[in-house]
Amino acid sequence: MQIKESPEVYDVIIVGSGAGGGMATKQLADAGYNVAVVEAGPFFDPADPKTMTQLKNPYDSPRRGAGTTRAFGEWDQSWGDWHVDGEPYTTEEGTTFKWWRARMLGGRTNHWGRISLRFGPKDFKGKTRDGYGEDWPIGYEDVKPYYDKVDKLIGVFGTKEGRENDPDGFFLPPPKPRLHELFYIKGAKKSGIPVIPGRLSMLTKRINNERGVCFYCGQCNRSCQVYADFSSGSCLIFPAQKNGGKVRLYVNAMVREVTTDEEGRATGVSYVNKEDRKEYKLRGRVVVLAASACSSARILLNSKSKQHPNGLGNSSDLVGKYLHDSTGSSGAAFIPDLMNRDVTYNEDGVGGMHVYSPWWGDHSKLDFPRGYHIEVWGGMSQPNYGFGFDMDNFNKLMGFPTGGYGDKLREEVKRYYGAVIGFGGRGEGLARKENYCEIDPTTVDDYGIPVLKFNYKWSDIEVRQAKHMQDTFEEITHNMGGIYLNKPGKDKDYGLHAPGEIIHEVGTTRMGDDPKTSVTNKFNQLHDVDNVFIVDAGPFVSQADKNCTWTILALSWRASDYIIDQLKKQNI
Amino acid sequence: MMDRRKSIQTMILGVGASALAFHGCKPEGGEAPAPETAVNTDTNYFGRTPKELERIEKLNAEQLFNEHEMETISVLSTVILPPKEPFGGPIEAEVPEFIEFIGKDMPQMQNTLLGGLMWLDHKSNTEFGVEFKSATLEQQQQILDTICHPDLDVPLDDQPLEIQFFALMRNLVVTGYYTSKVGIADLGYKGNSPNVWDGVPDEVLKKHGVEYDPEWIAKCVDQSKRNVIAEWDEDGNLLT
Repeated sequence: MQIKESPEVYDVIIVGSGAGGGMATKQLADAGYNVAVVEAGPFFDPADPKTMTQLKNPYDSPRRGAGTTRAFGEWDQSWGDWHVDGEPYTTEEGTTFKWWRARMLGGRTNHWGRISLRFGPKDFKGKTRDGYGEDWPIGYEDVKPYYDKVDKLIGVFGTKEGRENDPDGFFLPPPKPRLHELFYIKGAKKSGIPVIPGRLSMLTKRINNERGVCFYCGQCNRSCQVYADFSSGSCLIFPAQKNGGKVRLYVNAMVREVTTDEEGRATGVSYVNKEDRKEYKLRGRVVVLAASACSSARILLNSKSKQHPNGLGNSSDLVGKYLHDSTGSSGAAFIPDLMNRDVTYNEDGVGGMHVYSPWWGDHSKLDFPRGYHIEVWGGMSQPNYGFGFDMDNFNKLMGFPTGGYGDKLREEVKRYYGAVIGFGGRGEGLARKENYCEIDPTTVDDYGIPVLKFNYKWSDIEVRQAKHMQDTFEEITHNMGGIYLNKPGKDKDYGLHAPGEIIHEVGTTRMGDDPKTSVTNKFNQLHDVDNVFIVDAGPFVSQADKNCTWTILALSWRASDYIIDQLKKQNI
Repeated sequence: MMDRRKSIQTMILGVGASALAFHGCKPEGGEAPAPETAVNTDTNYFGRTPKELERIEKLNAEQLFNEHEMETISVLSTVILPPKEPFGGPIEAEVPEFIEFIGKDMPQMQNTLLGGLMWLDHKSNTEFGVEFKSATLEQQQQILDTICHPDLDVPLDDQPLEIQFFALMRNLVVTGYYTSKVGIADLGYKGNSPNVWDGVPDEVLKKHGVEYDPEWIAKCVDQSKRNVIAEWDEDGNLLT
């Protein structure tokens, strides 16, 4: 059967509607270009009551919020998790990679943690700093104007702290700390670990009349119906449409490859419509890939042609290489002083940490080169499936009678409610050529598209960093008069999460000045094909001890400005 | 795309006084902002995708426990967590229905649950010549007292089935009760509703021996100005 081709030629085709794709859509549509957005999942609007999970009660569901069909719990607003029906991926024997995909308009921005940290000056110059990895071809000063604009367009709370590698921005005021966070502040400061207000993209204050203000339900992972948190659909794509932009959404459209002409330049994309299971082609002057670091690498590697026999943009053979996720090790502490909580007030707060610890360490005294930050959780949160399980563990710690049943269970539930504090260490893993994804020629998805095979191992450096996280959590716990729970030892790599589990995968199409050692230039443009750009986290040269979304947004805006400039100059 | 304002107007009907209480501050000049919160009043939806709904319908059409087993679960859950005025107990919390569903949703539990229920009747018949559900409360407690103390130093999976069964049932009863409407009322959880967070009440700070650092609090949001549109100077200092 002949592939159906659309007669329309779009100015720009954007593949993916998450943070990077959403920002490119907003900027390019606002500039007047005719844009097609191609999303592999269905349409999603956080304000649609049919799909909304925000403000649901556990008893609205027969499984009371259990995570049977959604890995992060029934209310989590991500359609797709480590597993997507009909879309497998494989791993090299002896290696692990966990890959989270959200198949929906807005992608993973609908459920993410909204932790919105800028990379600092040191984060762009890793090699200069300690010899590991590579420097970015750009520095903080190149990205700063875009971080500033992202802050104002989307909104992020925080405070000006004047820290060298945690640059300040245009902040909304933060919410006051919750009770368990006051304990954390006390405990961390006793060990000389800094604690500052969190930096998250929720509107604690109005930024325009289109989006609402936070009403403190603590459920940002459910995606906000009044658009008071950052999701790509509600904050970028819908506003671009509302602004009169020419934005055509193609949903349930799984891109197979970027199509090219005789000269090897991109002519558009081909995709499989998941509804009728037929292949279609879209034509465009510019193709912007924003499918996520690994999905964009997959599309490039699957875009083989006479002109690009090794895959599109892959003359360097580096597409898929240098894949890296944030490191992560987590812990929890039981705090006797937080027992028997006063339940007369609502402390849901925003859906995330009101306080956190940015990296503080001195690497000359440490056995690992890069840092991490500490995220904190706890409090009297909504009971869902699993609430009240295994209270004997706490009884045992406190020397209370274990086992049994009857009225004592009610007492135990209330005694321990809100008495646990959790820690998440999230740090920088090193970018290594040996960690990569590639096409698995033996396996296709249900749409006939060859899938990715992952090959990723942590090194001792990341394990040593995880050990430092665990020792730090334990120390802070003791400072709070608490009991650290289930400390993982060497046999468990100190709780180091498997690669991919922090869901910050970056680096598969890294940027650089030399086409032999990088895939894109410093404007996210393929070295090999001047009308193809990548605006997800693929072009990251290195992670930082920061979450990647704010930098994706800033770099996507910067790349969009460059595309507009190049189109105006008729260079592309 | 749906008309958001319209959907909010439809949904706002369900918003209680607590949601309206903090709409007092309007922006200086200009049109009043749209209502900030919306509560979906249609309880048929709980945000499932069509595929997820299909799974739930399929599970609902299946039966895991027969009538006798459901009665036994009702009796057992009430012994584990006796009802308490005014919050009721496992029956009011629909714990048996929850256990029936979760047993189908997580089939790895089925053997422990079904086997454990058989063990209860066998034990009760052997000791007292009567099925568990028809035994006296005292007899039921005598049986449960033999299985309600797992060895916390040994993995549960390595302990006898009846010990595993009771530990699982106790977890399911407690979680089922405290995730229900009556259980949440008993717990006293005040969240999952629109509000304005403005810090921990003073008496709570005192009770736990902590206090706010005035310097920190000075940087936090002034909730009386939350609806005033943010503006900054060129150095990022908030002006409004």
